[in-house]
Amino acid sequence: MSVSRERQMTEFKVVHYLNQFFAGVGGEEKADIGPGAREGAVGPGMALSHALGNAGEVVGTVYCGDNYISENSEQATQEVVELISQFKPDIVIAGPGFGSGRYGLACGQVCLAVKESLDIPALTGVHKDSPAAETFKGKVLMASTKDSASGMTEAMVTIAHLASKLVNKKELGPAMEEGYLPTGRRVNRFSDKTAAERAVDMLMRKLRGEDPKTEWPLPKYEHVPPAEALANASASTIAIVTEGGIVHRGNPEKLESGWATKWVRFDTAEEPEMTPDKFQSIHGGFDTTAASAEPNRMVPLDAAREMEKEGDIGKLHDYVYSTTGNMGPIASFKQFGQEIAAELASAGVQGVILTAT
Amino acid sequence: MERAGLPTALVTTLFNLAEGVGASRIVKGKAIPHPVGDPSQSYQGEKELRKEMLKKALEALETEVASPTVFST
Repeated sequence: MSVSRERQMTEFKVVHYLNQFFAGVGGEEKADIGPGAREGAVGPGMALSHALGNAGEVVGTVYCGDNYISENSEQATQEVVELISQFKPDIVIAGPGFGSGRYGLACGQVCLAVKESLDIPALTGVHKDSPAAETFKGKVLMASTKDSASGMTEAMVTIAHLASKLVNKKELGPAMEEGYLPTGRRVNRFSDKTAAERAVDMLMRKLRGEDPKTEWPLPKYEHVPPAEALANASASTIAIVTEGGIVHRGNPEKLESGWATKWVRFDTAEEPEMTPDKFQSIHGGFDTTAASAEPNRMVPLDAAREMEKEGDIGKLHDYVYSTTGNMGPIASFKQFGQEIAAELASAGVQGVILTAT
Repeated sequence: MERAGLPTALVTTLFNLAEGVGASRIVKGKAIPHPVGDPSQSYQGEKELRKEMLKKALEALETEVASPTVFST
């Protein structure tokens, strides 16, 4: 009985999320349309159904206009999740959003909300340089796709494969092998080749002009255009910032010595200098003896105060900012930098002296 | 900081690294554990050293740059 053999495999139920365009509702003129639902697969859902084969079935499609969901984010996402829940799916697949801005972000947002409020897996697919890739990294599983819908078929093959693993609670292999965007999670694995052998293999692949397949891609540093220079430091407000792990003595702030999760600031408006009875360094990446014995060696407040009096510095900012620049992901420090810069700028600071170890 | 429009002088001993990652205004620090100090000197001597380095940092802040630039004392 060949029919019953197919039936024996339990098909998992998929709800597919789309924007107004892919759902066939309309283009940009319909981008402010609210959420809606249809039975079965619609548009790219056909390609998804095909890729899923007998493993799963698209039982319903939920859509929403890109503008509507980005402008009424919380409420719209909730409405979308309610519509999704009516189909009682085992998993939700959103998009793929490819390289788009609003649509990709909506896909990530819907997936996150589904995971949190329906407690079922959800995934999407986006291009690695899309805004969603950065925003939902490590929070939502995202298949790596092309930047346009021309990559629909292959994206759906990857998505269907990942969906099947998620529903069946199978462990995912490395991002590069499984076709998803790296989540930032590192997993230790035993290899039957030593590091030296693998390095030589990699070199040989490179010499042959093949992809060397690195085990650990180097972080890409973004280019920050330099800010305009100060016209005159002697008429400017200057702040001192450090990554040298300076804290109040005893570290009441509980700043970490490595893998910092935060930054701290001290009111130094009344301080003529950084004294060791008040401050110390808890940085875990070097010997802090010299910095803790004389914290001015890390935060040059004594010299800066004198220069303020002598007129070289217009005004020293009332606060010193500090974090620990030891280990820790670039993304955290980027966030700290943005937060500190925003505070400084709104406080009227015009230039920064940043000491680093 | 620079992206937010605040010219920033990065005082660091690892100035090559700072240049490599694209910091715009770099001032050479004294040593890794004490970028603006020198325990081998008297306090007064150290403070003078700090002032010299800060003057260099202010000079960096007052200089228009197009790419990573190292200012050394």
